[in-house]
Amino acid sequence: MGVEVRVEGLTKSFGNQLIWGDVSLTLPAGEICVMLGPSGTGKSVFLKTLIGLLKPDKGHIYIEGTDIATCSERELYEIRRLFGVLFQDGAMFGSMNLYDNVAFPLREHTKKSESEIRSIVMEKMEMVGLVGAEKKLPGEISGGMRKRAGLARALVLDPEILLVDEPDSGLDPVRTSFLNQVMIDLNEAFGATFLIVTHDVNTARTVPDNIGMLYHRHLAMFGPREMLLSSEEPVIRQFLNAQMIGPIGMSEEKDADELAAEAGQELPPLPPIPIQQLPSSGMLRATQRPPGEWCRENGITPPPGSFADTRAGAT
Amino acid sequence: MTVSATAPLKHAGSLFSFALDTARASVRRPFQLREFLQQAWFVASVTIIPTALVAIPFGAVIALQVGGLIKQFGAQAFTGSAAVLAVVREASPIATALLIAGAGGSAICADLGSRKIREELDAMMVLGIDPIQRLVVPRVLATMLVAFFLNGFVSVVGVMGGYVFNVVLQDGTPGSYIASFTALAHLPDLWQGQAKALVFGFIAAVVASYKGVNAGGGPKGVGDAVNQSVVITFMLLFVANFSMTAIYFQLVPPKGA
Repeated sequence: MGVEVRVEGLTKSFGNQLIWGDVSLTLPAGEICVMLGPSGTGKSVFLKTLIGLLKPDKGHIYIEGTDIATCSERELYEIRRLFGVLFQDGAMFGSMNLYDNVAFPLREHTKKSESEIRSIVMEKMEMVGLVGAEKKLPGEISGGMRKRAGLARALVLDPEILLVDEPDSGLDPVRTSFLNQVMIDLNEAFGATFLIVTHDVNTARTVPDNIGMLYHRHLAMFGPREMLLSSEEPVIRQFLNAQMIGPIGMSEEKDADELAAEAGQELPPLPPIPIQQLPSSGMLRATQRPPGEWCRENGITPPPGSFADTRAGAT
Repeated sequence: MTVSATAPLKHAGSLFSFALDTARASVRRPFQLREFLQQAWFVASVTIIPTALVAIPFGAVIALQVGGLIKQFGAQAFTGSAAVLAVVREASPIATALLIAGAGGSAICADLGSRKIREELDAMMVLGIDPIQRLVVPRVLATMLVAFFLNGFVSVVGVMGGYVFNVVLQDGTPGSYIASFTALAHLPDLWQGQAKALVFGFIAAVVASYKGVNAGGGPKGVGDAVNQSVVITFMLLFVANFSMTAIYFQLVPPKGA
């Protein structure tokens, strides 16, 4: 089962430029979380801080009682074995073919025989739909395939926490949906904790159990999916519905004049909350809550038309 | 980024600590034998031919210079000895170092730099593998090994080149050229040349690796890193060469002195 990640008061700056400050959140064990944010708000930096590739200036990250921000290099290497990370472009080793890439962590960390390695690697390759491409070099395949290969490599040591950096960048919407489905199925099968960093609104609306949003050098909000999707908070509302009206501007925030010009305009109504994407089995995942439960518990009326089954062909 | 007066010190410090990390990681198990052999073969394959091509004219130039000078002194009998001394003590380690840094070091730096910007090194760290132990140590040891043998090779080719030019072009006497070999030179000269080659190989590989794993800012960053690594290596090499020569003369007095 997955592992909880607790972040307290995390602050990071490069030189004297603050990236984000005082970020506190908890990634609940076994749940899928999405970290959203406009381009350039340090989402990837956040992800790299979580695995200790970057040291935060302040704050703590607790994983199974170890504080990644202050622990020794040796402990860090130990803790990292709990993690699987999918980098933006897959970060495959260019000199090895896909099979050797996926087998690499097994060969380095375990004493398994080649035949055991082969069966594990082929199992993961099948999960991500790459059977038949084992002998290809990373330079010879498309970006989508590289991502899926990266996912297979991230999975090979059965991680407890999976960090995914922009699974949808450079992929078409269909492939993105397939990749999202793969991740949901993986969560159902292994119960690992997922953190997906993205700015794709569609992924954020349909995949996760929890959503967080980084904006203007701080964590604007973090909570259950339905909480953010029904939120009236201008930043959240603007971003999750990809609108131009709201505090987020082209370069960073809008200035006072631009905001004043928008003052009279009424925000379009909140769109209905879509149903959460289910695993291929069609059953709720262990950590998935029935649609509308959070809204009912908190006495919030979701926008009209929410939770309707909009899948094509659904009756 | 603000530029401060202490920035160069900071870089020097982190380069030094990188070298220490590498030295420490080189004794940690498991040793990456496969990577080591691949890298040794790779560095040898990019350096052997250019080195041979440089060594022949290098030996010849020294023979010409020394031969002319010695003729003026009227001590032709020592031509061979002086040429050997110059080649084995100084010319050969320097020629080796320049080629190791220029051909081997730049290739190592470009390789590690492109891995860095493709996030391969991050991916490796996340998989719980230390890139210094896995990638840098084999490269540094391989470069030292190749530098060691290359120096022997350059010494031989250089001395042969000197012989040919002295005998053919300067009408030297073959017998006295060879016979005078040991008049001034002695075995410690060869050892110090080999020791220099090892140190130069270490410096070239460590600087190249350091610049490579700290490359940033996309493909241009890798180009800059390669450029800087070659320049820094050359500067360090000549400083190290001077120090080692000075120490050598203190430790081992010249023959007959």
